[in-house]
Amino acid sequence: MNRRRVTKRLLPLLAGFALLLSACGREDLSTLNPQGPVAETQFDLMKLSIGIMALVVVVVFAICIYVLIRFRRRPGDTSIPKQVEGNHKLEIIWTVIPLALLLVLGVPTIQHVFGLAKDYSKDKEALQVKVTAHQYWWEFEYKDLGITTAQELIVPTGKKIMFEMTGADVKHSFWIPSIGGKMDTNPGTTNKMYLEFPKEGVFRGKCAELCGPSHAYMDFKAKAVSADSFERWVSAMKAPAKMPEDVEIAKAFEAKCLLCHAIGQENQGSAPNLTGIGDRQTIGGILYNSDVVADPQPGDKPAAQNLHDWIKDPQQYKPDNKMPNAAENGLTEEELTAIAKYLADYKLDYQSSGK
Amino acid sequence: MAAHAHTVKRYKGLMDWLTTVDHKKIGILYLIAGFFFFLIGGLEAILIRIQLARPMQNVVGEETFNQLLTMHGTTMIFLAAMPMLFALMNAVIPLQIGARDVAFPFLNSLGFWTFFFGGVLLNLSWFAGAVPDAGWTAYATLSGPTYNPGHGIDYYVIGLQIAGIGTLLGGINFMATIINMRAPGLSFMRLPMFTWAIFITSALIVFAFPVLTVGLVALMFDRLFQANFFEPGTGGNSVLWEHIFWVFGHPEVYILILPAFGVISDVVSTFSRKRLFGYSSMVFATVLIAFLGFMVWAHHMFTTGLGPVANGLFSIATMLIAVPTGVKIFNWLFTLWGGSIRFTTASMFAIGFIPTFVMGGVTGVMLASAPADFQYHDSYFVVAHFHYVIVGGLIFGIFAGLHYWWPKMFGRMLNEGLGKLTFWTFFIGFHLTFFVQHFLGLLGMPRRVATYLPYQGFDTMNLISTIGAFLMGIGTIVFLINVFTTWAKPRNATGDAWEDGRTLEWSIPSPPPEYNFKQTPLVRGYDAWWKEKMEGKTEMIPAEPVGSIHMPSPSILPLIMSIGLFIAGFGFMYNQLIVAGIGLAITFGCMLLRSVFDDHGFHIEPEDQDKGVHV
Repeated sequence: MNRRRVTKRLLPLLAGFALLLSACGREDLSTLNPQGPVAETQFDLMKLSIGIMALVVVVVFAICIYVLIRFRRRPGDTSIPKQVEGNHKLEIIWTVIPLALLLVLGVPTIQHVFGLAKDYSKDKEALQVKVTAHQYWWEFEYKDLGITTAQELIVPTGKKIMFEMTGADVKHSFWIPSIGGKMDTNPGTTNKMYLEFPKEGVFRGKCAELCGPSHAYMDFKAKAVSADSFERWVSAMKAPAKMPEDVEIAKAFEAKCLLCHAIGQENQGSAPNLTGIGDRQTIGGILYNSDVVADPQPGDKPAAQNLHDWIKDPQQYKPDNKMPNAAENGLTEEELTAIAKYLADYKLDYQSSGK
Repeated sequence: MAAHAHTVKRYKGLMDWLTTVDHKKIGILYLIAGFFFFLIGGLEAILIRIQLARPMQNVVGEETFNQLLTMHGTTMIFLAAMPMLFALMNAVIPLQIGARDVAFPFLNSLGFWTFFFGGVLLNLSWFAGAVPDAGWTAYATLSGPTYNPGHGIDYYVIGLQIAGIGTLLGGINFMATIINMRAPGLSFMRLPMFTWAIFITSALIVFAFPVLTVGLVALMFDRLFQANFFEPGTGGNSVLWEHIFWVFGHPEVYILILPAFGVISDVVSTFSRKRLFGYSSMVFATVLIAFLGFMVWAHHMFTTGLGPVANGLFSIATMLIAVPTGVKIFNWLFTLWGGSIRFTTASMFAIGFIPTFVMGGVTGVMLASAPADFQYHDSYFVVAHFHYVIVGGLIFGIFAGLHYWWPKMFGRMLNEGLGKLTFWTFFIGFHLTFFVQHFLGLLGMPRRVATYLPYQGFDTMNLISTIGAFLMGIGTIVFLINVFTTWAKPRNATGDAWEDGRTLEWSIPSPPPEYNFKQTPLVRGYDAWWKEKMEGKTEMIPAEPVGSIHMPSPSILPLIMSIGLFIAGFGFMYNQLIVAGIGLAITFGCMLLRSVFDDHGFHIEPEDQDKGVHV
């Protein structure tokens, strides 16, 4: 039975190895690397439960290994072991101890179930954001500020952000792992959840509920900025929209893009609002803009190139999304390049420290 | 004797298998069909893992990926795991309770054929080019007519309804069998643990499956007749589907795992030559798990937005299930304690089950804590958790049960060398595949994604996971090789094939004659066969004299009735109401025939009873 023992010993080793390997994951993505009080609370609860459960696993493994070594049948052994019916003392012990362990986990669970469900929607200090999930993009409406944006959630640090969430078509789930757990966006009903962003930075958000072929690509970003930067962003968003300078391009843009999309806050279309898209980390949530992100990776392209590729054939990057490709939309290569450049240059310049 | 003067109806060859109402043969049919679907589901799993081996791959497209994950889940749960459990139930339960067949042999056959044609209908979707793609949970509105206008979900809805009839019939049948057909002296508190587990499972099926049927009918009405149960745009409620699905879905999890608990109890006690430790607490724990299983469905919906009161209550209720489950784990360990443990393939799967299932169980308790579940939910952590309990629990249990009862079912011992190779490749492959997935989830990888971007820390672990999946595939192939090579050899199993058998099935030949027990045995205590052996007897004390044995007649009607439903299903799906009418007419016509013509079965007289019995 040596092989069995070796396997058993390997398991915790493997666990350690896997942990080491990942080193708790990316700061902007991992639940094991919390960047806000909500995720921290959840991480504390995870650590507590992992601790209790590790204890249970160790006890079971220890008994199991001992039994397998000590009581294996020797060749030719025909003896009949004592036929034990049970043991009340032992049975009570392994009923009561688990109950006690569950109490240790149950009390903080209940406490945080209510703590994390606090409603700040009437709180004047909290920022109210309405999240609408679409196949396969995210719409963020700042109701009190009269602003709508898409794909990149901009929030000030140090404020409670109260989200009101719904789904426009099918069920999605709003998840920023390093900031806090997820909440579903159900079509037809509204959910509420608050999050806090104590640190400035860009955090990765994901859709966690199967929503169609492009479910895997339904990423978004949450960008926490200082209160001052946030103020500047709000005024820049509310400023009159900037159209392309070239009249022909502006015409094409209006006729072929603004039927669904919107720039500025005058009208909201059925597709993502493009105001200040040049500031965003990604195009379509997944094409990282090498000239915007802080840590460009090999293969990332500049925003103008990403926009060009995306507009040319959006289905290639997000199958089943509603945007037609450039040819279907009647965009010439010239218009396409010019529009991509105009959008990439459409920056709001609200952060004191550059990007 | 006038009433006994019915002609003996027997068929040979293929007709024998199509018309059989013998629980042992139906068990084998369930096994063949279930294992076939297991291979299909496994192939789908391998394709999923190949697609996810490296970031941003495009081995299968996103749409095909969603179809694969939906069909993998649906196939594995409804068409592979449950039928293989039904195979063991059919093969073993009547033997364990000293009965000559189940309570309703005709229904038993009908149950198999409806399951089979439901499963075939579901899988024909691959050939129709319209495959279900909304996950095995088929959440509205993604599964509704607005966002899923093709026929894919229709295959899911109608296939599962037809297969579900079979499951429900099986549940009713085994409940009735265990209540009514126990041998004299076999009181409830003397039942083998596997029989207890199946009894409770049958009760769960009877209460849970009608809920699924209602949900599927409502979804079918939404899709076929523009009803508005789950469509928010027209006044329906999409969250309602989640409630209906999980009110069925959570008990379903226990329908899957309780039989495995039963198998493990029997196997562990046989191969440690010891009475099951704490039998009455085991029974009580099983009943309690089943009861609590109906109280916890909303823990699948913590992030749906039910509010803190519901989340709190369901958190605590879910955690409570850990207590009876823990009782079982420790009872198994203390059955082994002080025993004389023999390592066969069956016992290795059973012993491998214990730590593996504990790992799946503890992550279950972690998931029960609602605030933390906001992070785990719909991530790979959940994928790891339920594969630990379903593969590491249920599939290990099925493998243990198959290796254990194989000689009883087929009269042949499986090769132990190949069996152990199956165990080690499957066991190591399993942990390799799913252990790392816990961490993938915690690092932020959502489940059901067709691919993932690089530079997120997911790459290495996904590759490890894929390698493990291949190892599990190899284990399954080794098992198949074992089955086929064993098949080519003559029958070699004795009645008490493992020598340490404790329950009634080991007191009769392997395989048993068609009437199982020549004389109904008298049961004088728990572990009836062991008790007689310990008193030096070589057979059970009979409770009746040798006499003519009444047998049910074979019938082709169950097969035809199921074909009728199969045809009707296609008719409804493609809106060909005439075809649907023909299909239903076939089914109801068969029911009419069955009602009008009495068939009292036939008798096997004492002088014919020893023909063809393998000793």
